[in-house]
Amino acid sequence: VKITEEVVQYVAALAHLEVIHDEARDYAANMSSILDYVGKLNELDTNNVEPMAQVLSNSPDEISLRADAEKPSLPLELSLLNAPEAGAGHFKVPKVIER
Amino acid sequence: MSIDIRKFTVAEIRALIASKKISAQEICKASLEQIAAENPRNNSLITVMADRAMAQAKQIDSLAADGETLPALAGVPVAVKDVINIRGVRNTCGSRILEKFVSPYTATAVERIEKAGAVVVGKANCDEFAMGSSNENSAYGDVRNPVDLERVPGGSSGGSAAAVAAGMAVTSLGSDTGGSIRQPASFCGVVGLMPTYGRISRYGLVAYASSLDHIGPLSQTVSDTAAMLGVMAGPDPMDSTASAIPVPDYVAELQGSVKGLRIGVPKEYFAQGLSSSVRAKVDAGIRTLSSMGCETVEITMPHTEYAVACYYIVATAEASANLARYDGVRYGLRNSKAATLNEMYKKTRHDGFGAEVKRRIMLGTYVLSAGYYDAYYRKAQRVRSLIAQDFSRAFEKVDVIVTPVAPTPAFKLGEKTADPLEMYLSDIYTITGSLAGVPGISVPCGLVPANPDGTGSLLPIGIQIFARHFDEARLLRLAHHFEMAGGFKGN
Repeated sequence: VKITEEVVQYVAALAHLEVIHDEARDYAANMSSILDYVGKLNELDTNNVEPMAQVLSNSPDEISLRADAEKPSLPLELSLLNAPEAGAGHFKVPKVIER
Repeated sequence: MSIDIRKFTVAEIRALIASKKISAQEICKASLEQIAAENPRNNSLITVMADRAMAQAKQIDSLAADGETLPALAGVPVAVKDVINIRGVRNTCGSRILEKFVSPYTATAVERIEKAGAVVVGKANCDEFAMGSSNENSAYGDVRNPVDLERVPGGSSGGSAAAVAAGMAVTSLGSDTGGSIRQPASFCGVVGLMPTYGRISRYGLVAYASSLDHIGPLSQTVSDTAAMLGVMAGPDPMDSTASAIPVPDYVAELQGSVKGLRIGVPKEYFAQGLSSSVRAKVDAGIRTLSSMGCETVEITMPHTEYAVACYYIVATAEASANLARYDGVRYGLRNSKAATLNEMYKKTRHDGFGAEVKRRIMLGTYVLSAGYYDAYYRKAQRVRSLIAQDFSRAFEKVDVIVTPVAPTPAFKLGEKTADPLEMYLSDIYTITGSLAGVPGISVPCGLVPANPDGTGSLLPIGIQIFARHFDEARLLRLAHHFEMAGGFKGN
């Protein structure tokens, strides 16, 4: 699999990661070699195999799921404690709408 | 002359405090002194929690003074991997992006051990967001193996393993997604358990790959491992995957016979790539198990060679989704030079994440992107079924499966950092069990010379035991009997 620097930039935009020029070359090389390696999965015929998303335990739903009841969650003050910028009970971010 | 806490098991510490032969504060002080002496050398702890720990120890001593029955882990110094939250304590995940993050709540596993009297002495260094096999991906510096400081402790729970090996804590919490408890346990000569998926609540464990993440203990002995598991296991309203299957008394279950136990030895785990010195020790370990009255059976697990490829698709896909939350808005680092929101996200993530984390986010985003989802992610999930099936078929014939933990002993710092793929392949024997969700343990099984010609320092090797889902009692019993039979730590 040949990953180009253009593909790297496309994926980086999806992942919200800034990639500067040298890094694009490194990502392209790394991703190409790892994708070549994982290509070995195609040796296996999996047409009749169900995908496994999760290790499921045998307990019934009523045991594993709690009641859908209202209860106190993390208080506002604690929720904002680690915010890089907060004010008036909100998280603050750079302006998103032009007036 | 200070106390070497490595000499004591969890049960012994509790008994010594109860009979007032030694105080919890003396044990805690010994732990903190050892941390002061050794942490500058091995860098296994990111945060030392001296005041909080001493206050906890004092409470245990007043319980003892009042003649109260002490809880199971009373006065036991514990290190907690820095991906597991403790309210009011910094939780960095080994990342620059969370350098100043202070946890607003406590993980269920930590809450339970503290309720059982454990004294948390510090937060253990690890690979950034638990991504790595050598603890060389931490923003807070490499951890060094206490057995040989030129070598890695393994990863990603390298700090948790090194802290126990160096006598800085009696036991520790790690997390295991592809081998991150078992491989460092093997490299540092301690016992490391990845329990069944769902045995211990993941609430408060910072997510890397949610369908594969496990919390588990690292300890000097199997009995300490059993004590820790028993306290942490069980359902939790905060994690719907935490199972309600009853929790046995794992310590009591260590007794009893292992005679007649059927042990599967899968030939795929002893193929090309396994170093001859490791192989010799694991073979000797299997002979020991036979001499204990176990029956060994050669089995086949034909999809083993696909596990690493399967894992690096599933795990990176889940990681790319889980790590989307680090965007400079609610917590963590923010690049304040960006003019727009989108630019702020991108620059913050560029500045805050290290190379390996970015590599995995990129790979995970790619395999989930339009046009590639079926070819990579869906394909890997199907292969995961086949790997899980290898285990369920094997467990129709045998009670446990015994394998090496890692292909080599601890390697040198810097030896594998140039090639990510080579580093990934060092997890080949542990990743299978992670994908299947079965419990796996690494127990010390001997020492091997660092160099193939028989020279160099002697390095620890672990042997791995897998069991059926939720069959930790049998797993720990066999591991305990193996430990008793061997005295493997010193030969």
